[in-house]
Amino acid sequence: MAPIVRMNGINKRFLGVDALKDIDLELHAGEVHALVGENGAGKSTLMKILAGAHRPDTGTIVLNGQLVSFASPVHAQRAGIAIVHQEMTLLPDRSVAENVYLGREPVRRGHVDRARMQAATADLLDRLGERGITPRTPVRRLPVAQQQVVEIVKALSMDARVIAMDEPTAALAEHEVELLYDLVGRLRADGIAVLYVSHRMREVFDLSQRITVLKDGALVTSAATTEMTPDQLVRAMVGRPLDAMFPDRAKTRGPVRVSVRGGGNERLRDITIDLAAGEIVGLAGLQGAGRSAVARALTGVDPLTRGEVEVDDRPVRIRSPRAAIRHGIAHVTEDRKGEGLALRQTVRDNTMLVRNAVFGRSRIDVDRLLGSVGLAAGRTGQEVRFLSGGNQQKVVLAKWLAVAPKVLVADEPTRGIDVGAKRGVYELLRELACSGVAILMISSELPELIGMSDRILVMRDGHLAGELPAGSSEEAVMALATGSGA
Amino acid sequence: MTATQAAQPVRHNATSRGRVTPTLMVYLALVVLLVVGSVLVAMRGGVLLDHGGILNILTRSTVLGLVAIGQTMVILTGSLDLSPAYLIGLCSLIAAETMAGDPGMVVPAVLLTVGFAALVGLVNGLVITALKVNAFIATLGVALIIRGYLENTYTGPAGSVPRGFQHLGYDRIGPVPLSTVVMLVIAVAVWWYLTRTKGGYHVYAVGGDAEVARLSGIRTGRTIVMTHVLCSVMAGLAALFLVSRLGSGAPLVGADGGYDLESIAAVVLGGTLLSGGRGGVAGTIGGVLILATLDTVFDDLGVTPFLKDVVRGAVLIVAVALYARSQLARRAR
Amino acid sequence: MTRTQARRTRFAPGTVPVLVVLAVLLVALAFVGTAYQQPAGYLALLKRAAPLMILAIGQYFVIVSGGFDLSVGSLVTAEVVIAARLIDGDDSATGWVILVLLLIGAVVGLVNGVITTRLLVPSFIVTLGMLLVLDGAVFLWTGGAPRGALSDSFRTIGRQGIDGVPVIGQVPWSVVVLAVLVTMAVVFMRGPTGRTLVAVGDNETAVWLGGGRVERLRTLAFVLSGLSAAVAAILLGGFAGVSAQVGDGLEFRVITAVVLGGVVLGGGRGSVVAAMAGALTLESLFSLLNLLGVSGGLESTVQGVIIIAAVAYAAIDWRRKRA
Repeated sequence: MAPIVRMNGINKRFLGVDALKDIDLELHAGEVHALVGENGAGKSTLMKILAGAHRPDTGTIVLNGQLVSFASPVHAQRAGIAIVHQEMTLLPDRSVAENVYLGREPVRRGHVDRARMQAATADLLDRLGERGITPRTPVRRLPVAQQQVVEIVKALSMDARVIAMDEPTAALAEHEVELLYDLVGRLRADGIAVLYVSHRMREVFDLSQRITVLKDGALVTSAATTEMTPDQLVRAMVGRPLDAMFPDRAKTRGPVRVSVRGGGNERLRDITIDLAAGEIVGLAGLQGAGRSAVARALTGVDPLTRGEVEVDDRPVRIRSPRAAIRHGIAHVTEDRKGEGLALRQTVRDNTMLVRNAVFGRSRIDVDRLLGSVGLAAGRTGQEVRFLSGGNQQKVVLAKWLAVAPKVLVADEPTRGIDVGAKRGVYELLRELACSGVAILMISSELPELIGMSDRILVMRDGHLAGELPAGSSEEAVMALATGSGA
Repeated sequence: MTATQAAQPVRHNATSRGRVTPTLMVYLALVVLLVVGSVLVAMRGGVLLDHGGILNILTRSTVLGLVAIGQTMVILTGSLDLSPAYLIGLCSLIAAETMAGDPGMVVPAVLLTVGFAALVGLVNGLVITALKVNAFIATLGVALIIRGYLENTYTGPAGSVPRGFQHLGYDRIGPVPLSTVVMLVIAVAVWWYLTRTKGGYHVYAVGGDAEVARLSGIRTGRTIVMTHVLCSVMAGLAALFLVSRLGSGAPLVGADGGYDLESIAAVVLGGTLLSGGRGGVAGTIGGVLILATLDTVFDDLGVTPFLKDVVRGAVLIVAVALYARSQLARRAR
Repeated sequence: MTRTQARRTRFAPGTVPVLVVLAVLLVALAFVGTAYQQPAGYLALLKRAAPLMILAIGQYFVIVSGGFDLSVGSLVTAEVVIAARLIDGDDSATGWVILVLLLIGAVVGLVNGVITTRLLVPSFIVTLGMLLVLDGAVFLWTGGAPRGALSDSFRTIGRQGIDGVPVIGQVPWSVVVLAVLVTMAVVFMRGPTGRTLVAVGDNETAVWLGGGRVERLRTLAFVLSGLSAAVAAILLGGFAGVSAQVGDGLEFRVITAVVLGGVVLGGGRGSVVAAMAGALTLESLFSLLNLLGVSGGLESTVQGVIIIAAVAYAAIDWRRKRA
């Protein structure tokens, strides 16, 4: 059968860097095609080209046998290609129906035909078996998973024959993921071609019929899902023996720097953790299991309301980020641009940010500090927004090094940076640990977490499900995280 | 702001009782104010809501109401207009000088005034969207340009309107001035436009999240320009009403009325978010009526006019603080 | 590219254009007005510009941290009127009245700041409300027209100067005050608190997560703005005397000045020196127009045109143009 979409020889360069090199991709009706690869491999770029948000430098897109070229996402939508974004693109103050038909409101005799709009939305919701949502509800009142349903309904309302989903489970809790599985199944049954962008093994094997692997902008392999094993897929994604990516583990474990006993708050219960100088402790768990909540509790963002915390054997209360920092706890946040950096300020100002804000004293040798994280000295006067993701993350690390923390909580420290820069971050974290910092590292990428951690704590539903030693298998972690294998 | 971000803090907001919409709050406040005001005035032996009192409140509401209706549309898109005050002054002169007492010139003068106002709105909108100048600066700049022209060209009132035109300002239907009726009709039309038409939907979308609107195929620039044109046209109409009452054009009639900042005050008092995307004309009219009622009550109580400003400022801050309370969780601190 | 960028940041982005315009205006003044062929001419210009420049310092703090202060014009008027009423011609009262004025400025700023940060009301609305309150309160208190009089010693600061300085003759006190405040502002902005304040305007979440006290910093900015209005009022009262119109339109003029200096509304960008340069540029421009015989009425028009032009110029995405 002929494919709905055939992308041929797609090339794209950004600022002189190859984002995509000669990619071919076919999407068939009723088929889920998984597009996998590490962050920075080019998945999003390829998807955006398909959806008209970027134009390829060279290469062709054939849709239903016709050569097409989209000037904007709106043109792609009209041609039947819709995208479900990782970040929601809904207006929180408008109703479900108004969001679904945003920009395409049905008009009757000069005014918006609200009845028709709401009925059509209700029909689509029915078609997806989603009964918890009424078309008139403001989107603000819906939980994130249902907002995603609205996004998908929006795609369906455009009569999309091709739907691209960008990491659709990223914002979902575990039970919500099941809902998404059902949804994708229904889309398939309706004969829609789904491009499913993800780097999660389980989803890819559960959902897809075909897998295409990208690495550093190039197509590594494309095969039927039944012909692949998870091992092969990981190797194709990483492209090198995993072990070579990670620095050697530490040999010594120093005194405990921070300990939590029976910690809890709205999202966490009975958290007991010791972090010792010199070790990197990995925190694993599914999305929504409470990994970030632990990070935010330790660093005073969403403080613990129960339990005891000790830093260097002294009881402390951490009620704000400022308090955490004063006790020597640093926080590399998940959202680098939104929470970590003042993008329009210079590298120097960002490096000094915490020191200035909390301690407000004496200068330090910023150049040397930046050198130690691997940033060239000539960069200090540059605005941070002009740096690559990897270099931005180095600035974030330098910002915390400037206050010489005892404990570093790193939430997804390699998100959105390229493979080379990742290796730099790994080495930095390990060096820090060796210099006596206790590190708690959170990552959704299991190979990375396993490769880096001296031991791994696994979370499930807001509590610690167990602890695994260094070098445990992904299966062991997943078993604990899902509560299945135990 | 994406929905994800907005929705996240909800978990902090345990008491989500907020079904009382701002619009309802405004009208409740108005009722309370009318009751309290009536009692206070009655204690001094007067009647607040007699024929004269109602007339007074409505007359005061008309001009500010018109400007605030326009301002509502502009603010809903996330923009702002600081130019109405001086634009009203200039429009009053254009109208009065074109009419120059000649009844035959009324229609051309009205058309010219409205057309000129629309042109100024177009300039506002284009400076904001095409030159990418912050709305505050763009409309302040345009206001200053007009002000300079007025100060340079006029020293006092000029032009005159024919008697017939004064009917617009002075005729009444019962206790309701004709001009108020016109204002309310326009308010209903704009309400219909905002809540029932595609263009109105897009106004909310642009103010809610311009990027999302753009990705949905909405021409955000065009939407912003259009609201600015409409806002300026409202200012032009306001000028026509003022001229019909004054009998001539006056350069500072708008500035003295403080219609720029006061219209913004009325809009946010009416529950529209200054950053756009939420609110509406109904609340704005409530805000305008509150301001006018306050004025009238103070007049009836014989309070010095200066206290009015004090109370007005305090009311404004308190009202917006109350609206902000319902979203206090937004920042989750 | 990287190189020039690193070097250019010695001036904050947006600073260079305003300095170029200022230089051109200052040279032009010398060609047009004979008074400007002596240093004294420029000193007189500085003296005239000092109040606006000082207000620009205060407004800069507020704008760079992401806010607006629309209340400064009314605050200046209020301060002058209050000063006249309190001093009432009595020279011995000058000292404590100045302290009271500074205190009032600080308190007004504090109220602005606390309402903005704690009640989460947009600063535009808060300071607009404050504008109304101040306008009303002052006249309520004075009964409609300013009463009392300023003392000679009070007016000295705005009017007089240090005489007998070689080459330039008299150095006005206002210029001395300005110089002191400029120095303090520059030192402050280079220090940790100043740097953090700018970061608040850029990304307050990052500052909060980095341990900064966002509310306190933003409140501080309003307090400094209130203080700047108090100082400007002292200078203006001395220079121009008591009037109920002394502060009219100053809030918009000072915002124009700050924006002209390349400081971006919304925060996070621009330098305090550039903000003051913007104020001086504005005053120089008015002086020049005056010398060229342009009517005073057109001052506003000129102000309107340049504020739009300055921001439109800054909004051009040079990087994109190049690419």
